[in-house]
Amino acid sequence: MGARVITVTSGKGGVGKTTVTANLSVALAALNKKVVAIDADIGLRNLDVILGLENRIVYDLVDVVEGRCKLRQAMIKHKSYPDLYLIPAAQTRDKTAISPADMVDIAQKLREDYDFILIDSPAGIERGFRNAVAPADEVLIVTNPEVSAVRDADRIIGLLEAEEKGPGQLILNRLKMDLVKRGEMLSTNDVVEILSIKIIGVVPEDETVLTSSNKGEPAAGDPNSKAGQAFRNIARRLLGEDVPLMALDQEQSFLKRLSRLFSGNSAGMG
Amino acid sequence: MSGNKPFEIKGTRDGLVVHVSPEAAWDEVARQLAGVIDRQRDFFRGARLAIDVGERSVRRQELSLLQHVLADREVSLWAVLSGSLTTLTTARKLGVATTLEASAPGQLSGERLPAGIAETLLRVEEDDGAPPPINPEEVGTIGVLFKRTLRSGRTIHSDGHVVVLGDVNPGAEIIAGGDVIVWGRLRGVVHAGAQGDEGATVCALDMTPMQLRIAGYIATSPKEQRREPRPESARIRGNRIVVEAWN
Repeated sequence: MGARVITVTSGKGGVGKTTVTANLSVALAALNKKVVAIDADIGLRNLDVILGLENRIVYDLVDVVEGRCKLRQAMIKHKSYPDLYLIPAAQTRDKTAISPADMVDIAQKLREDYDFILIDSPAGIERGFRNAVAPADEVLIVTNPEVSAVRDADRIIGLLEAEEKGPGQLILNRLKMDLVKRGEMLSTNDVVEILSIKIIGVVPEDETVLTSSNKGEPAAGDPNSKAGQAFRNIARRLLGEDVPLMALDQEQSFLKRLSRLFSGNSAGMG
Repeated sequence: MSGNKPFEIKGTRDGLVVHVSPEAAWDEVARQLAGVIDRQRDFFRGARLAIDVGERSVRRQELSLLQHVLADREVSLWAVLSGSLTTLTTARKLGVATTLEASAPGQLSGERLPAGIAETLLRVEEDDGAPPPINPEEVGTIGVLFKRTLRSGRTIHSDGHVVVLGDVNPGAEIIAGGDVIVWGRLRGVVHAGAQGDEGATVCALDMTPMQLRIAGYIATSPKEQRREPRPESARIRGNRIVVEAWN
């Protein structure tokens, strides 16, 4: 049946789309899946840096589209995962250099030989977003537990529904457990309640993500990283495994539910 | 459309009667009628008009739009003639007579009979021959039903009513000529009675809209923390928007 084309998007910038794409690519490759990661953020490429492949780029996505190289030539094989490839974005061009049809075309050519094609979408809702979403079979929406990120995720889901790309699945990134416990951050339940879509993963705030990104070795490859564990769980869920969500803020929400229950009761009696 | 006039004005013993064509769009009727009056200002000033809309069901905001258009030109809407119960009910609510003879709606002998039947009987008297069958069909009003979450950046515009089975999220917008009913959480911007109907209402299972507008009034939700959601409805009462329990 060929590859599943999954686009990672968010609307808002800086919520961790590229980090999620890199980590899921690594996690899927570690599960012996053949993966191509495509950086669709033309002009602001990052995925190559996080995957540690920056210095190997010769050709990029725009070169493929404009016929300066074969698709194969733009695919960079990962150092540690032989079944993981990156197609980098062009850094000297912008979003108008490619069209949604070009992206569909490229995904189509890759489908037969790979299991997963992960597309890293640029921020925003304009051309770049449309390019990234056009070939998608599935969409992962990344958001942070803060009001503006959730608002933008909601906007993106609305656009996806309008284009019949489904509501997608949610990844809640950078959840700070201590803040949630103090009731100073939106909890997983709060976010899911607003967006009302299926959640496929919660990734805790974890500084190993930052340090590993800087080193070009995504945290998903680090067995001691809590965030890495969250990414590996998401990869397994993508493969259909039933992995329960990590108990990050569960205790808190249970207590809250309990207290709501009590306050609800007393209100009812009063 | 351009060939057919949206209405004809005829003089009768009782006064001027505007016969509205069944095909004409209502706002077109209002617009052109305004044009006719403007062109013969002296003739119409202080006059009273009756309007015959045939079987058309005229909604409250449509009729009140026409009333305003006429009032602006010092012409009064004196009676509405129609075979549609919806229209007749609307007219009565707005205090407009529904026969040429009666000068006020209160004089109709509809007290002992249900309003609909009384109206039907009144019309039967004018016909000769067998009484027409009573139509069991209720005449409804136009509405939009949306069965999903209305998300940020999405809008619903309707001249009629809007019903949402789902949440209306922050950043979403509903603009309705009539009422708005949200079977879910209302957190976006909503404008009911957008064409000026001050009788419009907004109902929601959890009413915390970013902004709530009814006709020309605007309200925002109080910034209170964590309250128990409960069904509420909003309407205009005494020059402001009032929110109360929905039951």
